[in-house]
Amino acid sequence: MSAYAFTLAGAALTALPSGALHWADQGCLTVSDLHLGRSERYARRAGALLPPYEIVETLSRLDADLAATGAGMVICLGDTFDDLRAAELGEAHALWLARLMAGRRWVWIEGNHDPGPVGLGGEHRAELRLGPLTFRHIAETGAAGEVSGHYHPKARLAGQARPCFLVDDARVILPAYGTYTGGLSCDDRALAGLMAPGALAVLTGRVARAVPMPRRRGDG
Amino acid sequence: MQPLPAPISDWFASRGWQIHPHQQALLDRAGNPALLLVAPTGGGKTLAGFLPTLVELTGGTQAGLHTLYISPLKALAADIRRNLTVPATEMGLPIRIEDRTGDTSQARRRRQRADPPHILLTTPESLALLLSYQDAPRIFAGLSRVIVDEVHALAESKRGDQLMLCLARLSRLAPGLRRVGLSATVEDPDAIARFLARHPDPCAIIRADPGPDPDIAMLETDTPPPWAGGGGRYAIPEVLAEIRRHRTTLVFHNTRAQAELFFRDLWMANEEGLPIGIHHGSLAREARVKVEAAMVAGELRAVVCTGSLDLGIDWGDVDLVIQVGAPKNVKRLVQRIGRANHRYNAPSKALLVPANRWEVVECEAALQAVKAHDLDGDPRGPGPRDVLCQHILIAACSGPFDAGDLYSEVTSAGPYAALTRAGFDACLEFCATGGYALKAYDRWQRLMRRDGLWSLRDPRASRDIRMNIGTITDTEMVKVRWQNRLGGQPLGEVEEAFAATLTPGETFLIGGQVVRYVGLREMALEVAPAPGREPKIAVYSGTKFSTSTQLCDRILAMLGQESWPDLPASTAEWLALQREVSRLPAPDRLLVETFPAEGRPHLCAYGFAGKAAQQTLGLLLTKRMEEEGLNPLGFVATDYATLIWGLDAVPDPAPLFDRAALREGLEGWLAGNAVMKRTFRNVALVAGLIARNHPGARKSGRQATFSSDILYDTLRRYDPGHLLLEVTREEAMRGLVSFGRIEAMLDRAGGRIDLLALPRVTPFAAPLFLEHGRVPVEGAARERLMDAAAERLMAEAGLG
Repeated sequence: MSAYAFTLAGAALTALPSGALHWADQGCLTVSDLHLGRSERYARRAGALLPPYEIVETLSRLDADLAATGAGMVICLGDTFDDLRAAELGEAHALWLARLMAGRRWVWIEGNHDPGPVGLGGEHRAELRLGPLTFRHIAETGAAGEVSGHYHPKARLAGQARPCFLVDDARVILPAYGTYTGGLSCDDRALAGLMAPGALAVLTGRVARAVPMPRRRGDG
Repeated sequence: MQPLPAPISDWFASRGWQIHPHQQALLDRAGNPALLLVAPTGGGKTLAGFLPTLVELTGGTQAGLHTLYISPLKALAADIRRNLTVPATEMGLPIRIEDRTGDTSQARRRRQRADPPHILLTTPESLALLLSYQDAPRIFAGLSRVIVDEVHALAESKRGDQLMLCLARLSRLAPGLRRVGLSATVEDPDAIARFLARHPDPCAIIRADPGPDPDIAMLETDTPPPWAGGGGRYAIPEVLAEIRRHRTTLVFHNTRAQAELFFRDLWMANEEGLPIGIHHGSLAREARVKVEAAMVAGELRAVVCTGSLDLGIDWGDVDLVIQVGAPKNVKRLVQRIGRANHRYNAPSKALLVPANRWEVVECEAALQAVKAHDLDGDPRGPGPRDVLCQHILIAACSGPFDAGDLYSEVTSAGPYAALTRAGFDACLEFCATGGYALKAYDRWQRLMRRDGLWSLRDPRASRDIRMNIGTITDTEMVKVRWQNRLGGQPLGEVEEAFAATLTPGETFLIGGQVVRYVGLREMALEVAPAPGREPKIAVYSGTKFSTSTQLCDRILAMLGQESWPDLPASTAEWLALQREVSRLPAPDRLLVETFPAEGRPHLCAYGFAGKAAQQTLGLLLTKRMEEEGLNPLGFVATDYATLIWGLDAVPDPAPLFDRAALREGLEGWLAGNAVMKRTFRNVALVAGLIARNHPGARKSGRQATFSSDILYDTLRRYDPGHLLLEVTREEAMRGLVSFGRIEAMLDRAGGRIDLLALPRVTPFAAPLFLEHGRVPVEGAARERLMDAAAERLMAEAGLG
């Protein structure tokens, strides 16, 4: 089994090795922090001209995950686009996204990089409740059954740093799904404070691997 | 013969000095467009370089910049300023001399641009930065001479390529510009001359008297050297005794970490409190300056140092050089030895301290090579294109340019003389649009062509470009300083990767002191003193050189001897034992041993191809083993051998060494390995695809920079023909990959592979088990181990 299955507030969820979260009972696939258009934003601001292939790369992975899970619903947990201007996708990419959206319920959660409405179909929400779960961009302290993104958590195992899910009894924080996204080490105070003792880090990669969430000494 | 003007000849006479023949030769030929002086350390090279300038400035009519002096070291520029100002003042010459480096204050730099001195002493990077300003033509219009000090050292790296591009630009801004290169003794002066001259101008070579042979030997110690590792700390009592016996000793180490450890133990053994200092590139400037000043004042009996003292700073009265660890390269050893007795025509005295048994053999080979005047070196390749990309961006910062003009300027630099127009255009295209097969940035080009001239689309880009000037792409470093309540003074820096492994309370060594990590503040490690605690070692990667081909050949020849009367008994016995239980490697064969150890099958191949090539061999062999389901787990490489271990034994290793298969493996393996990614990162930094992390400018916390590995993987998948991938490949083949040396090794062995299946670890293989730098193999076996590690952690946490 290459994915990692766990339960949150009674919902049976699966962390996929790609960084997407699958809720099979609802036919729902959740991804976070795609940051589409980051390379163009850098170029626009007279920064480096990065290889302009990140949108293709990210959409390919999403396409593959949708095909593999057959999900009928998609939740994007915010920061889908690197900024509002990046949301003006080129024609080919817009068509590709439209094809993925066709026939699916598609919910855009607002992020801090792309807070406003975007000119694509689908529903736009600040947050979404679905059964026992709440989907939002940034985790809130004291929440229960919460699915969020924003932090781009990463963890190390046997010398390898990988984007990871963070899971405890109250919440799951998703890794960034986008290709050009950095990460925040999960032993950072911001994350250590959010996650309960006994939290797990589920590393992405060839297979999803769960380990106790690494913490700095003294952070409990 | 050009006579000296009175103020200068009087000064020489007042000191009772005679002008050296090579100094006179430089004066006589001062009008040549290019000259190369080859002289040993202490040969009055620098004065020779400056004499024509002093003569030309005697009249006092020069306004503005006359001579630019370039040195590879900031410290050297400052040192020369001191050493030149004194005689110029004593001669009563009306000359303003200033240095300009990364350490020069902003205010002073601005003033230097507005009102340049007669003589400006600087580094290649500071020169490149000066040339990026729009007022560069004004600053350099009157420039007459440029002196490149230690040109042999600059020619060994991309810094030299960048400097030659800058000189090409200077020659255009100041058409009568004359160049002088000052070089230590090298194996191929003609190559340095071609590198230095404005192509196709001639460059005459002036050779100074090489002086007497050095007095050099291996240090004899009571304790034999250990089996593996570096540092040479076993020899501390004898080293201390030598320091006591001499006036001033330089103790050279190959890495900063070893220098730190050695210094600490030397200090603990130094019961009589001899004044001893430490100097290396990771120490804070304040600390380095203090040691340099104490050295110049003759207050120190010894300095423990690294390559940061390789180049010719004049320390005065050094009478002994001790090289700890194998020199790896005869040429560098000779140059280091020259630091002792910095007086012309006196023999230099030096002692070698091998760090382990292997190095005893290598040191003996190096001694023989020095005595035979047999220097080593690899031919220099064509100028790398990532450096050219940076040069194009710098040119764009200074103002709009015509592509044809810039091309002819670039090809006047020796390293780029053979560059084709198409090759140049590809670099220009990269700078303008990124050079991607998918033309995505038409709207957001970095460089735009307007009215036939290329310029920056957005002038804001010039700030980033200037921030990233330079070709030194060392590992990311983090500053270390005392806690605020202790004053907050800087101590130096450590590698970011090392800093990441520290948790508060842990201790490490820096500047010879044990300190305790307190916390991270404003991107600096804050520390407190922790005397008496056992340190975690600061891991500086430093420069890791491979043992030269020529030294490896000498070692192989030595192993063929019947007995080894010249070697210490402990080493000779070790060689004899290897001959008894296995076999000694020979020049015309390849020895491969297999044996079980630590519960796993091992394979050891003695290629003697240098560390980089043995490392590549490890990657290629494990790749092939992975394909054949032999489950390799990892390997470690030294200059002489590669040791591989795995989950399964290798029944027949011979097919693994098939040349065609290795080549094929190289093609496939080049794809995704860590060495290539590291090389790509350097290339991408130099070419301006990614920015250096500047302290302060770094984004804090989340969504910080993503790794260059992702860019590399993306490019490989979607744009495999991209310029930067080509450059990465070329660089890796020459540098970190060194495939050429693997091929030479296979040629040497000519298919004569000796396979020995042995019951246990052999005397030669044993030291490899103690080596650092084990490389894990990314494959099925690794995935299995990651699974096991995850399972174990989960079980420990009671979550299994």
